[in-house]
Amino acid sequence: MTTAPSSGFNLAQWWKRSRKTILPPLFGIGGFLLFWQLSASLGLTKLSGPLSLWTEERTRDLLLYPFFDRGGLDKGLFWHTLSSLSRVALGYTLAAVVGIGVGIAVGLNQALNRAFDPLFQFLRMVAPLAWVPIALVMFQQNQPAAIFVIFITSIWPILINTAEGVRQIPQDYRNVALVLQMSKKRFFTKILIPSALPYIFTGLRISIGLAWLAIIAAEIVMPGTPGIGFFIWDANQNGYVSDIVLGVIWIGAIGLILDRLMAWLQTRIATGR
Amino acid sequence: MTSTLRSDRSSPAAAGAPLLRFEQLGMAYPTPKGPYPVLENVNLEVQAGEFVCLIGHSGCGKSTLLNTVSGFAKPTSGRVLLKGQPIQRPGPDRMVVFQGYALLPWLSAYDNVHLAIDSVKPQLAEREKREIVMEHLELVGLTQAAEKLITQLSGGMKQRVAIARALAIRPEVLILDEPFGALDAITKEELQEELLKIWNTQKCTVLMITHDIDEALFLADRLVMMTNGPSAAIGEVLTIDFPRPRNREDIMEDPRYYELRNSALDFLYNRFAHDHDEAG
Repeated sequence: MTTAPSSGFNLAQWWKRSRKTILPPLFGIGGFLLFWQLSASLGLTKLSGPLSLWTEERTRDLLLYPFFDRGGLDKGLFWHTLSSLSRVALGYTLAAVVGIGVGIAVGLNQALNRAFDPLFQFLRMVAPLAWVPIALVMFQQNQPAAIFVIFITSIWPILINTAEGVRQIPQDYRNVALVLQMSKKRFFTKILIPSALPYIFTGLRISIGLAWLAIIAAEIVMPGTPGIGFFIWDANQNGYVSDIVLGVIWIGAIGLILDRLMAWLQTRIATGR
Repeated sequence: MTSTLRSDRSSPAAAGAPLLRFEQLGMAYPTPKGPYPVLENVNLEVQAGEFVCLIGHSGCGKSTLLNTVSGFAKPTSGRVLLKGQPIQRPGPDRMVVFQGYALLPWLSAYDNVHLAIDSVKPQLAEREKREIVMEHLELVGLTQAAEKLITQLSGGMKQRVAIARALAIRPEVLILDEPFGALDAITKEELQEELLKIWNTQKCTVLMITHDIDEALFLADRLVMMTNGPSAAIGEVLTIDFPRPRNREDIMEDPRYYELRNSALDFLYNRFAHDHDEAG
């Protein structure tokens, strides 16, 4: 007959503590949605309001049934997202591998850095959309071209941050390696990588957002393959404005999740070292 | 009383060929206005097992002088010989305890020491490496903190890890660049005593930069006092022959302590006062 221990959770106290962090964003987002809905209802803009996601039957079905698949390009949002994400995964992984590799080489070698840095600085200014025609000419096919666009858009922050991380290795650590006459391999795994890791992760986090931006650009310009970009392009062709709104919200949400995921990984790596 | 304090350690200067020898060493840094001479005509011999402290005003090239021994700097004239061979590059036989500890913060105390042994003596069995690491962490009183990350350690504990790492690879020359400058007075005295104890058992040669005359008098066999830069050289060398093992209180009761202290003070603040001190 033991009395249940008083649970540490007290709703009133919890609310008192967290209302300051919960209420403001609720008001902010709610206010924005209200303003948007009002301007749509009053006819100030042709853009359909947020309520149209529910009131339009076609959009509501898309919202409620993301997993349907009627073959071809007629699929639920989940499947479109999945094929977009798999393209991002491919292009982004490629960018990470090449970016970290080249970044380390450039960070270690002053001459190499002088030779290529102007080129890198130039290329990173080119917008994802501008790469699309070049990629199409290079690869002649939509799928590899889309992956290339993701790769070339997202590689620069990884490369530049990695190189900076390698350059920022404290002289003290290099001196330790010198006095212990560490092998190149040991210096690489025991000093270079751990020391540059925070910089590498900063690059990786910036790049995941860019990669996601690039996939939309690539798919919108290269229709005919399933993907969230194609979904928006298709809705645009048919004049389904509420579908476009849904697509855009969906893209934003996925991008946010990807960014949070990288941020989480970043703190895990930083504290777990 | 004095007889019990007398050490059986023979006077190091009387031994044979020196372990370390600076010959007409000069060091100049290139500047746009031509070479800037930091050191000129430095001559010194250090015997194996000797504890030598260097003192001098900041900017006199003490660190540069030690860098020619560790191999991080090449002399522009003259040479430094270790057992008769000119020093070419850094190596584990001349281990450095760096001014900012230079420990890898993503590793534990244990792993920092282990990495040094693993790099210098990769042929040892893992069990032997482990024993060496634990033995040296114990020497500096860090057995309990072995698994702690460097970021979780205090300044004094970091310096202990750095000393354990340096000693674990059994260097012939141990180079310390103001090792206790950033520590509080109590930690500093503790570490000085530990360093002496370890040095007594390991018999390595120590070169140490300090700003603290009392520290030098407690630790060193000889105190090398440097003139001011540019073109700094060795001004005077004090032989500190208090018997070993030393005890702080006994030394301070010795009248020679004040003679030595006064001549060091006279050298630093009268004969080679810093420019700023003269102006003020």
